[in-house]
Amino acid sequence: MSWWTPQLTAIFWGMFQALVILLGVVLLGAVLTVVERRFLGLWQDRYGPNRVGPFGTLQLVADMLKIFFKEDWIPPFASRGLFLLAPVLAFASLLLSFLIIPITPGWGVADMHIGLLFFFALAGINVYSVLLGGWSSGNKYALLGALRASAQTLSYEVFMGLSLMGVVAMAGSFNMREIVAAQENLWFIIPQFFGFVTFLVAGVAVTHRAPFDQPEAEQELADGYHIEYSGMKFGMFFIGEYVGMVLVSALIVTLFFGGWHGPLLPPFVWFALKTSGFLLLFMLLRAALPRPRYDRVMSFGWKVCLPLTLINLLATGAVMLWVGA
Amino acid sequence: MNMDTVSISDTSGDNLVKALKQTFGDRVLYEQSTYTGMPVVWVTRYALTHLLDYLKRLTAPYDLLYDLSAIDERLRTHRQGLPPADFTVFYQLMSITRNADIMLKVALSADDLSVPTAVQVFPAANWYEREVWDMFGISFAGHPHLTRILMPPTWTGHPLRKDYPARATEFDPYTLTVEGQETEQEAMRFEPEAWGMQRERDGAEFMFLNLGPNHPSAHGAFRVVLQLDGEEIVDCVPDIGYHHRGAEKMAERQSWHSFIPYTDRIDYTGGVMNNLPYVLAVEKLAGIKVPDRVKVIRVMMAEMFRITSHLLFLGTYLQDLGAMSPVFYTFSDRQRGYAVIEGITGFRMHPAWYRIGGVMQDLPHGWEKLVQGFLDWMPPRLREYERAMMENAIVRNRTRHVAAFDTAEALKWGITGPNLRATGCDFDLRKQRPYSGYDQFDFEVPLGHNGDVFDRGQLRIEEMRQSLRIIQQCVNHMPAGDYKADHPLTTPPPRERMLEHIETLITHFLQVSWGPVLKPQESLQMVEATKGINSYYLTSDGNTMSYRTRIRTPSFPHLQQIPSVMRGGFVPDLIAHLGSIDFVMADVDR
Repeated sequence: MSWWTPQLTAIFWGMFQALVILLGVVLLGAVLTVVERRFLGLWQDRYGPNRVGPFGTLQLVADMLKIFFKEDWIPPFASRGLFLLAPVLAFASLLLSFLIIPITPGWGVADMHIGLLFFFALAGINVYSVLLGGWSSGNKYALLGALRASAQTLSYEVFMGLSLMGVVAMAGSFNMREIVAAQENLWFIIPQFFGFVTFLVAGVAVTHRAPFDQPEAEQELADGYHIEYSGMKFGMFFIGEYVGMVLVSALIVTLFFGGWHGPLLPPFVWFALKTSGFLLLFMLLRAALPRPRYDRVMSFGWKVCLPLTLINLLATGAVMLWVGA
Repeated sequence: MNMDTVSISDTSGDNLVKALKQTFGDRVLYEQSTYTGMPVVWVTRYALTHLLDYLKRLTAPYDLLYDLSAIDERLRTHRQGLPPADFTVFYQLMSITRNADIMLKVALSADDLSVPTAVQVFPAANWYEREVWDMFGISFAGHPHLTRILMPPTWTGHPLRKDYPARATEFDPYTLTVEGQETEQEAMRFEPEAWGMQRERDGAEFMFLNLGPNHPSAHGAFRVVLQLDGEEIVDCVPDIGYHHRGAEKMAERQSWHSFIPYTDRIDYTGGVMNNLPYVLAVEKLAGIKVPDRVKVIRVMMAEMFRITSHLLFLGTYLQDLGAMSPVFYTFSDRQRGYAVIEGITGFRMHPAWYRIGGVMQDLPHGWEKLVQGFLDWMPPRLREYERAMMENAIVRNRTRHVAAFDTAEALKWGITGPNLRATGCDFDLRKQRPYSGYDQFDFEVPLGHNGDVFDRGQLRIEEMRQSLRIIQQCVNHMPAGDYKADHPLTTPPPRERMLEHIETLITHFLQVSWGPVLKPQESLQMVEATKGINSYYLTSDGNTMSYRTRIRTPSFPHLQQIPSVMRGGFVPDLIAHLGSIDFVMADVDR
């Protein structure tokens, strides 16, 4: 057994962790589609899906079977290569971002010193999925959706990065584990409240969730950029949206709510509890709010959120210099 | 038998008609005496546009073109005194300031079916004239775009002509060949030029977006073609006719009684509200005066339907703004409303419950409790909708000053009902021209100020409150008495009397099998329906069936007005506006 070195153990353990987290996140995204429908039903004074299995628990299985066996159809007027690439990008880019999330002190896929920057990069790639999907579909509604998405994402990614710079400055690192460690005594939600608010807004916008769902706006664009997608290709957009929700919730928890920190309960439970809290918030937002007009969303991003993040960053810098001096 | 008839006074002798005769001399041909409640004046077609213009320029102007349609007179037997005509085109104008109407009629002979267009005087005439062209084949000289509007462009024949068959069995069997299919497909190809739109401006191409007839926010089979510059709407053209069922044609082969269920399906969210103008107009022809109990029952049920219709409006209006939840709440409220309606009438959406001379049945035992339960349930819910949605900053942002128009603009396009009152114009037929005993009720007419999407939504919430008030008064003061008038033309006659002796049995048999015969006259009744002013203009030729039934619906002009307010708006504004108009396509296409 001389070839079985501790390094090898570490590699296998890391691969095992990565696999568990990957499957866990995908499964969670899929389960969330049903959970959200049940919660929406609850809030909207109706039942939601409750026919398949006890209390509708097997709805997910039914949905999966349906979506897997649907005809894999590509519209003849679509541009084939890009049309196929778009859902893959949508699904993969957000899923890959989980690489950097530290779940507990011992669990997490990668411990990268560029941590946050990796997330920004992938969020940047994510917009291509919507853009290419909408563009290659050869449908005017899809095109309008794609245009809205690219304009919106461009505006919101500007201050999404800036909103986290306060956190980075305080932790002194882009590394997620170090950011969590820096919150052992005080969660960053307190000193970085404005950073949190703006990141939350940007996070909702990046995942195209209501009230920032202008790119798909059912009432206006009849589902926007993914109007021509069906079957599993639509499923990848769809599950991708929920994976995005999980990702942004996990990021908020890691960056502002102390990650796995918390009294009494094991770290994983704390992490899971906090994350599900934000997932619920995402769903509640969708149930509660109407959709603003997309030009107002843009001006809100540029005129309110961007200045707020800049002031926050300046103030953080000033306070740190003052305290440091 | 107590002959409780009412004599309807003739409205001739109005000073206006004298003035018209003085000004226009022998170009005013004849004044017809009808039961329409307005002067009906036959004029020569050369004087028509001058007359319309004259009436529009009066100090108290006739500024709303309420209706415009035609009658095929060729088979009409009772035409004593009327100028000779094969076809008649009629123009009904309304004056808000006078609270009065006037109808102009133009006689046409079959070999020269042409009238000068009224579009220059009343822009709202545009679609009405297209409909007359489509249905009767009467052309309008100078019309900017005289094409078919309800029937497909490839259609042959003009359905409302008397020589056009009414039954499918009178046609040859339908066949579709490959060439036929290709012709139909080709006719559907979109050519911006044919719709009066340009493909490009300053070298930049426009995008043409086809919204509907299958679109989540089109509220039925409605189509708008948008000419877009980015997301800005440069121009748009509404296209209707996908829901046309020929209700006016059907009225010509149904007995006076058996047409009632068809009226329910005109504004299909309005239920018995649709029966009301029809039975009131028929009762005018029959000379029936209904008991007070009938009036109050009718008002109560019509107001119940106003509430259920407005609840549907509110839910979909907010959903069009992207709010997902309210529609479920309004639908569960609407469900409670339907529980009451079902308890009383036995049906939910289309009870067809009013009868000529009464209602179908008396109110069931315990109806007060049922209605009171609904009356107690609604007010807190309405408050909740206001707090959660109408006071929401995003909703206000989406709706304030969006698709706004003023009273003058509304009248120009024939807008009535809540959409007119949202501009601040205090015109509600229940107050201005009370029918069915509305003058006995204490309620207010809510008004808006800006005539924007927000006002149109808020106003309807307020209208629901007023409707609840009216229903409460119905519950508190329901008169005793019969639910059917004691009159020989009441249909069906009260069953209790059927078995008295052979005469009553025969009368009952004739009434039920052939239906009542109404005397040759014309009558018209307008009501303040859920979506605006709805009226039935009935022409009887002394038969068991109507000779011509003109159904004027509010949604038709409301859709025609869309382009005039949407130019320069964004796509989401159009969706908000569509939600705020409150139309159903059955009410547009009939």
